[in-house]
Amino acid sequence: MTAVLDRVSQAPPVRRRGFWTARRRDHLAGYLFIAPQLAGTILFVIVPLILVVWYSVHESNPLSSESEFVGADNYRHLADDQSLSGVLAATGVFSVGLVVLNLALALLLAVLLNQRLRGTVVFRTLFFSPVVVSMVAWTIVWGFLLQDNGGVNGLLDVVGVDGPNWLRGDATAMLSVIVVQVVKNVGLNMVLFLAALQGVPRELHEAARMDGAGPWRSFRSITVPMISPTILLTSIITVVGSLQVFAQIAVLTQGGPGNSTTVLVYYLYQQAFQFHHLGYGATLSLVLFVIVLVLTTVQWQMRKRWVFHES
Amino acid sequence: MRKFGVFVVSLALLAACGTDSKPEAGPVELRMTVWSANEAHLKLFNDIAAEYKQSHPDVSVKFDPIPFDSYTTTITTQIAGGNGPDLAWILEGSAPDFVDSGALVPLDDTLNKTDGYDLDDVTAAATKLWKHDDKLFAYPFSTSPFGVFVNTDLLKRAGQASPAELVAQGKWNWDAAFAEAAAVNAKTGKAGLVVRDFDYKTWDNLASVWTGWGARAWSEDGKTCTFDAPEMVDAMTALHKAIFVDKAMPGPGVAADFFTGESAMTITQISRASLLTKSFGWDLVPLPTGPKGKYAVVGQAGLGVLKKSKHTEAATDFLAFFTNPANSAKLAQYFPPARKSQLTAAGLAKGNPLLKPAQLQSVVVDGIATGVVKPSHTGAAELSQLVRAALDPLWKPGANVKAVLDGVCTAIDPQLSK
Repeated sequence: MTAVLDRVSQAPPVRRRGFWTARRRDHLAGYLFIAPQLAGTILFVIVPLILVVWYSVHESNPLSSESEFVGADNYRHLADDQSLSGVLAATGVFSVGLVVLNLALALLLAVLLNQRLRGTVVFRTLFFSPVVVSMVAWTIVWGFLLQDNGGVNGLLDVVGVDGPNWLRGDATAMLSVIVVQVVKNVGLNMVLFLAALQGVPRELHEAARMDGAGPWRSFRSITVPMISPTILLTSIITVVGSLQVFAQIAVLTQGGPGNSTTVLVYYLYQQAFQFHHLGYGATLSLVLFVIVLVLTTVQWQMRKRWVFHES
Repeated sequence: MRKFGVFVVSLALLAACGTDSKPEAGPVELRMTVWSANEAHLKLFNDIAAEYKQSHPDVSVKFDPIPFDSYTTTITTQIAGGNGPDLAWILEGSAPDFVDSGALVPLDDTLNKTDGYDLDDVTAAATKLWKHDDKLFAYPFSTSPFGVFVNTDLLKRAGQASPAELVAQGKWNWDAAFAEAAAVNAKTGKAGLVVRDFDYKTWDNLASVWTGWGARAWSEDGKTCTFDAPEMVDAMTALHKAIFVDKAMPGPGVAADFFTGESAMTITQISRASLLTKSFGWDLVPLPTGPKGKYAVVGQAGLGVLKKSKHTEAATDFLAFFTNPANSAKLAQYFPPARKSQLTAAGLAKGNPLLKPAQLQSVVVDGIATGVVKPSHTGAAELSQLVRAALDPLWKPGANVKAVLDGVCTAIDPQLSK
């Protein structure tokens, strides 16, 4: 022990002068730890974001590689673009349809599969498996199934129903795109809900039962408040995801029939990459950014009203 | 923090500016985008490239097939991303966009300098679309008339006369064609007539039908919409009836491929002959006559060198080789040439073991002589999308044809008058 103390006392005193103070070294270590993540964020998020703003005040033609500064022209074009209102409406219908259907179905499945019954593991796997399938492969297969002479109408035919031409009717095309997307992703929300449900203490339900509460009352007054943080999380990711839908539209309907399924992301893709209006496409993507930002902020602020407990 | 901000902005500007194209010395690999992934086509291209490599050991060419549906979008995106091809096939529809934007390198000087090239042999009708300020920006390597491939087995099974006989009797008109197609569908359950690649989206392929009524998408100068003209209304009314009343054509969302024996007739170009198998008897006849008499429709494809390529010289030189008279004759088996000297049935027959001289004469040689080129316009993609969306209401039973076509003009008039 004495030897150790001796050695310590013999050690050269820490230099307090100079640049590398302990505090600075700590800071450096901290920055080094976050550097890989920061570099990725700068390169793939911040820089593109700045570039999008830069593009939005220019009009460039990719074919001639000419680019000219147009100021706020692209922003003014937002106001007189006759297609935009229809596009925003389609985006709204898609998002609302998807969020409502997805969350309701995910919660229903989670509640059903939370029962202690035989075979629930099989069903959990079954409902979750579409989540891991490639989006494009999934959508192409559904494209075949939804054809007029495809599998879905074949099945309906067996039970004597003459099915519509799903992808060619205005309403049925939108419904098809929503359902294909819901079935694809409902498993993810279902698993999140399942985990939350299993975290609800059994005693609460028992106490409620003793107080004479029925299953519905107990679900409404105990389960829902207890899992409300998960409802908030799933609704935020589902809303954001619904606004970014692209592959399904591109593969299934290409925005048609008419413009009934032309949602914002697909429209900005058309403007930028098909019609060569890169500047206007960039402006539209900023509109999307603002919409996502506002919706997420609103949801986050509203959590205080209805999310039960937050740690 | 301020330094960091400066760094980010300069990084952004650096990325935005892109890189200048500079010629590089040493071995050159050229990339040429095509929309055919057909093995026979690619083998022919690779053979030509291999022959070129013998005299130019430093230059190799890679053919990059891109799906037809997204072809123009894909290469435009590649060009915008600084990753464009050196040479590219260009569809007639987007020809004005490419030719007028300055995206391509002028070819006249190189082609005129090439020994034995004989640029004057190429018809003026074929080069018209690819010229700007009297300079040629793409070589019309394919001038391909639309014809009707017929599954003779299927027609026989449905008890229908062969279209070749009807042609000989002068009775091969749209009424007869629709009637035969409807009969096939009624008696065999297979599809009657399919306008290939139309699929209720690529509407410009319908020019192969409506031209028979004397209809066209817009005026010659491209400024006036003519979708609402009486000729177009009549043509579309006949088409609508054939689809939804007589079931002569499969409706939207129904897949029926002629080349797998799923339909009795298909309207397409002779480059598709390579898809024929020996599983059924077939014939090739000209388009039926319309109310305006005999007509032909031609699809064109150009081959150009991108200005952004790092090897424009090597690429232009390869283009001159790829389209010289000898190779043009080889390509002629799939892609009818625009060279007057090669446009004879006997000449074409040499490269076309699949097709008979009579078929080549009636469909290809006569077709090119009289053919109307499919519609093209600047801003093709946007225009095409506007028409596609406005035509959609037509593709259901009971549609009001005139109202839908008026709607098409309302949708595209602002674009045409730009």
